[in-house]
Amino acid sequence: MHVEVRLFATLRRCAPALGVGESLKLTVDPGTTIADLRDQLGLPPEEVRVVMRNNLQADLNDQIGDGDRIAFVPAIAGG
Amino acid sequence: MSKKILRIDMTHRKATYEEVPKKWAHWAGRALTSAITFDEVEPTCHPLGPNNKLAIAPGWVTGTPASPSSGRTSFGGKSPLTGGIKESNAGGLSGQKIAGLGLAAIILEGQPEDGKWTTLVLTKDGVEFKDASDLVGKGMYEVDELLWETYPDTAVIGIGQAGEMKLSNAGISVNDTENRPGRYAGRGGMGAVMGARGVKAIVIDDTGGPGVEIADKELFDLGRRKLTESIQEHDLTKKGGGLPSYGTAILVNIINEAGGLPTRNFSAGQFEGAAKISGEAIAEVVEKRRTNGGYEGMVGHKCSPGCIIGCSNVYPDEEGKHIVSCLEYETAWALGANCGIDDLDSVARMTRECNDVGVDTIESGNAIAVAMDGGLLKFGDGEGALKLFDEIRRGTPLGRILGQGVEATAKAFGVHRVPTVKGQSMPAYEPRAIKGIGVTYATTPMGADHTAGYTIAPEIAGVGGKVDPLSDEGKADLSLTFQAATAFIDSTGYCLFIAFPILDIAKGWAGMAETVAGVTGMSITGDDVVPLGKGILKMERLFNEGAGFTPEADRMPEFMRYEKLPPHDVVWTIKDEELDKVYGWVHNGS
Repeated sequence: MHVEVRLFATLRRCAPALGVGESLKLTVDPGTTIADLRDQLGLPPEEVRVVMRNNLQADLNDQIGDGDRIAFVPAIAGG
Repeated sequence: MSKKILRIDMTHRKATYEEVPKKWAHWAGRALTSAITFDEVEPTCHPLGPNNKLAIAPGWVTGTPASPSSGRTSFGGKSPLTGGIKESNAGGLSGQKIAGLGLAAIILEGQPEDGKWTTLVLTKDGVEFKDASDLVGKGMYEVDELLWETYPDTAVIGIGQAGEMKLSNAGISVNDTENRPGRYAGRGGMGAVMGARGVKAIVIDDTGGPGVEIADKELFDLGRRKLTESIQEHDLTKKGGGLPSYGTAILVNIINEAGGLPTRNFSAGQFEGAAKISGEAIAEVVEKRRTNGGYEGMVGHKCSPGCIIGCSNVYPDEEGKHIVSCLEYETAWALGANCGIDDLDSVARMTRECNDVGVDTIESGNAIAVAMDGGLLKFGDGEGALKLFDEIRRGTPLGRILGQGVEATAKAFGVHRVPTVKGQSMPAYEPRAIKGIGVTYATTPMGADHTAGYTIAPEIAGVGGKVDPLSDEGKADLSLTFQAATAFIDSTGYCLFIAFPILDIAKGWAGMAETVAGVTGMSITGDDVVPLGKGILKMERLFNEGAGFTPEADRMPEFMRYEKLPPHDVVWTIKDEELDKVYGWVHNGS
């Protein structure tokens, strides 16, 4: 299954080659959850504050579907 | 020595120091500016006439030693943009110096009959009324520079040409630690209220002033430690955390990902160029343009002394010299995505123009976007948009229309898509995609204002809980709680951004209240924050009712109820009865 992954702000250090605005195009096994994907990418669990799937709030236990767009978000807020 | 109210009568150019009346004794910051407005300003007066006033107040803890990120100054009065009560606050140097002079508030009232402009110079010895003819017609970069030649290291509060012209989108500038005009009480046209008093600038030198008394030093220190620790521990605000690394524009990509970034005058919720105007892009430019020696670009900049977050930045040009400080989320969005512009340098240059001419970046970006919608320019035309600020500076008919804000611009250009509530335009969160913030826009006494009740924290950021942004459920209660807590924090003098760590870390919430209790001697705990905040909101709400506001003023723009917003294809669905519940307690007592 193909998945498109976006990392924002401080989490981008886990994929240093990724340019601003670029996404990772990955292949994952059926049944992979967002938490599995987080671990495969080496994202520190305590730093992942919010996950989004296809522009909607998601749960770490959600299974990823083919063609999904997943975003990992650290602590963010502001004005 | 107890604090004083400094009343400055501009009709007679006379200043008097008064004891703080008992009814205001417990208030500071926003609570005090709103109380002054409520008690002394006739709600039906013309905002630019002789009966409006400009109240200026530092917060409870502003000016105390080592209280973190607490340099805010509140500016209040009746807004020429909304016709209702307004409090707009800013960082920079002014709050600590006003507090250092032992002042609870400054009240500017009256109007000079000779029409001449004045610079007020405040020191421990009193107030001097200086002829400001040499500053009239000048932008805030030059005003700050000229005033520091005579009064170095002072706080400078001032207005640009927009304030002189009394335009409804004129803001009030406060200089930052490097004497740049970038810290703005931008919203609601308070620069026009200052201009209508004939005051071009206020210089504040607190040398030798009495400073701020602390009633219970032990309690104050206890609270200060808890609050400081919570800011230093939270991933967002700690050293190397999100805000100091990327600034507030850290939000651009995430709000865009959530489909809530208003684009091309609120016609879409995602902008294809979002990444190019994001906090990540700003940090990259700051790093890439680094020069050997004399480099002025930076992230992690502090807008006022004693800030321990440092969310500000200095955006550099190709030669490494600063274009503007600061380039933040609202600005990057308003002058970027909302105008279809994805060039950061263009956005930075427009932001500099806003700071110079003295207009709010949010209202300005929205006014340009509405004008683009009406055919003045094409969306994405950064060069054309930049030139519009010179129209405002020169006071041309077009410039004056744009400087009156979004509603005037929409009428001039025949546009029905008008993203305003109570005459003030919306900031950078699409209410159709993030419903709670829409409730705040609709119901806050301030007109559409995200800072008035920042439900984005739980709706998007997972701070202070987690709720679905697209759901209508529970959003009225959520917004009210945030509005009340915000009214309290806006009165403390702390930067609103302390809210993020203290919503997640309980000792920080308690610590904030303890610092206020320690300074004032009032008996306040964390449990008192929301009830006290509601007391402030009630004054503001009642002022607006006196000014003629009815429940129909608490409504979202009509187009949001029938135009579907991509990518979620949603409309505004929260019912009017739900909106009316938010302030139902003001009269029914519950």
